[in-house]
Amino acid sequence: MMTTAKTSGVVMLALLSTTVALAEDNPASKRTFSSGYRFVEMTGEELFANVCQGCHMPDALGASGAGTYPSLAANKNLESPGYPIGLIVNGRRGMPPFGDMMTDGQVAAVVNYVRTHFGNNFTDAVTARDVQDVRR
Amino acid sequence: MDNEPNLRRRDLLALIGTVAGSSAMYHAMTSLGFASESAYRGPVKLEGNAKGASVLILGAGLAGMTAALELRKAGYKVQILEFNSRAGGRNWTIRGGDVVTELGGFKQKCEFEQGLYINPGPWRIPYHHRALLDYCRRLNVTLEPFIQLNHNAYLHAARAFDGKPQRIRSVKADFQGGVSELLARVTQQGKLDETVSKEDQEILLQSLRAWGALDRDHKYNANLISAEFRGYARDPGGGLTADPLPSEPVGLSEILRSRLWRYLQAFARYNFQTTMFQPVGGMDAIGKAFAREVGEVIRYNARVTQIQQNGSGVTVSYVDAAKPSIVQQATADWCICTIPLSILSQLPLDVSGPMKNAIEAVPYAGSVKIGLQFKRRFWEEDEAIYGGISFTDLPIRQIAYPNYGFNRSGRGILLGAYLFEGANSYEFTAMSPAERVASAVEFGAMIHPQYKHEFENGVAVAWHRVPFTLGCSGEWSDAARTQHYRNLCQIDGRIVLAGEHASDLPAWQEGAILSALDAIGRLHERVVKT
Repeated sequence: MMTTAKTSGVVMLALLSTTVALAEDNPASKRTFSSGYRFVEMTGEELFANVCQGCHMPDALGASGAGTYPSLAANKNLESPGYPIGLIVNGRRGMPPFGDMMTDGQVAAVVNYVRTHFGNNFTDAVTARDVQDVRR
Repeated sequence: MDNEPNLRRRDLLALIGTVAGSSAMYHAMTSLGFASESAYRGPVKLEGNAKGASVLILGAGLAGMTAALELRKAGYKVQILEFNSRAGGRNWTIRGGDVVTELGGFKQKCEFEQGLYINPGPWRIPYHHRALLDYCRRLNVTLEPFIQLNHNAYLHAARAFDGKPQRIRSVKADFQGGVSELLARVTQQGKLDETVSKEDQEILLQSLRAWGALDRDHKYNANLISAEFRGYARDPGGGLTADPLPSEPVGLSEILRSRLWRYLQAFARYNFQTTMFQPVGGMDAIGKAFAREVGEVIRYNARVTQIQQNGSGVTVSYVDAAKPSIVQQATADWCICTIPLSILSQLPLDVSGPMKNAIEAVPYAGSVKIGLQFKRRFWEEDEAIYGGISFTDLPIRQIAYPNYGFNRSGRGILLGAYLFEGANSYEFTAMSPAERVASAVEFGAMIHPQYKHEFENGVAVAWHRVPFTLGCSGEWSDAARTQHYRNLCQIDGRIVLAGEHASDLPAWQEGAILSALDAIGRLHERVVKT
């Protein structure tokens, strides 16, 4: 059954006002959130705080339950930079690979950050080029 | 039911089988959606003598408890070691009073009102998950509908429509209407003459008019035809104010640029089609129902530290959570291990190289769910949203409305964020629980401004910080599955793995159960033969 078509100038009223000012003390306004699959954080410090510390914890000491997230603090395995680069790009065991979610520059930045913080003092900085080599 | 159809489907199939032979019957079964729907073949029958063999099961989740239930029934001596102090594993419900401690020591006490809950893990059951549904029936788990598609819920994009959320029904109607009008115009201009016959073009135009709610000129306009799909500016009423007023469609260009169309097809995906279910009172009703059957064989608070095997049996070392310095041992003829690979890959384990490589090849997905309690069910009272899910491109991604307690006054719980993989799931995992809840409230208020006044408390679960899984679910890449999946599922000496990670239904409870049924079937065959 067809209904008689009526046209109308009535526009559906917006039910909601959506301009919500984010309070300055709120994490939603303080923290960085990515909009897609890839991370938008660029500095090593921010990448660590927004990604790595989810498992390795804010103090980088890791954590243990039925299994363990290893501590990154004063960690001799970080001496050779290829090791953390490979882990971040390719993942290992339960650790997800981040190669598709971070650029070479981002991986280098977070590797440099971890290797010079949390009781680590490896001053030979890595570059995006080093990451690129691991991807091959 | 009293109203049985005169010719039931089974009778019809028998008739076809008699008349036309079995291949015709198979064809008919398939086209009636009967034969190829599920990998589940009905209650497992383990025939033959188990010879008193013993099986040690690691993990009292759905996979482990399925194995225990069926093996015990077949005559095996069964024992389960479970890390948690409860059964169910990821089949889990959080209620008021529960204390949730995550890795890193962050502690939350859930403040939800009695009767309200959140399912931090699995929360919906597709109609084609026949094994899980069968166990629910056999174990008397009462189900209710889980509403996946609610036409009155929202689609929202921060940069479209000035950030105003749009009703799913209007986006759907406008997208279909705009596309239909365009295709109708092209058809009428003769541009399809080379590919579509004249006769089919006529049918196509008819179908576009119906599918797109077009008027008799094949235009998608503000009128009572389109209003019947996208909704009215004023609904039909009674008495002197009965006249409905049509609403104003949004043009195709604006719909396309909003990107909101991308959520529409998700509702049609096999895994999310209606009918979906949830257990009444919380998903953990399933785990509890299994535990009623096999609870007495579960040793709780047992953290496995090593898994050894030789030609005659399996020895598993474990420690009690309260006495971690004292290593205890459990032995059996066989072992079914459902420990998540994120944890199993760290344990000393006597299995072959190929299986070990498989265990190490599967990273675990990040996922976060946040439950929020509000003083009143404003989504129902103010916005007529009863169940279902709103989707957004904000970092919270989804707001899901409770599918129970409809139209009740008083408090209610929203799922204020549901993240699965992608950058945001890691960003939310990296926050403290309190920060996650505060962020979910802040973002959610952009869709429901009522959040500001009605929010009371919340609880946030980030699966990478859950002590008993270290991640949400096995995240198989296609390459890893090709290379390692079969090696993962083989019986290795006296050990076989089960769990969602040993299935092609990752992150679904059905996968856990089907993997357990497959594993015990093969194990039993081996036991009977030897």
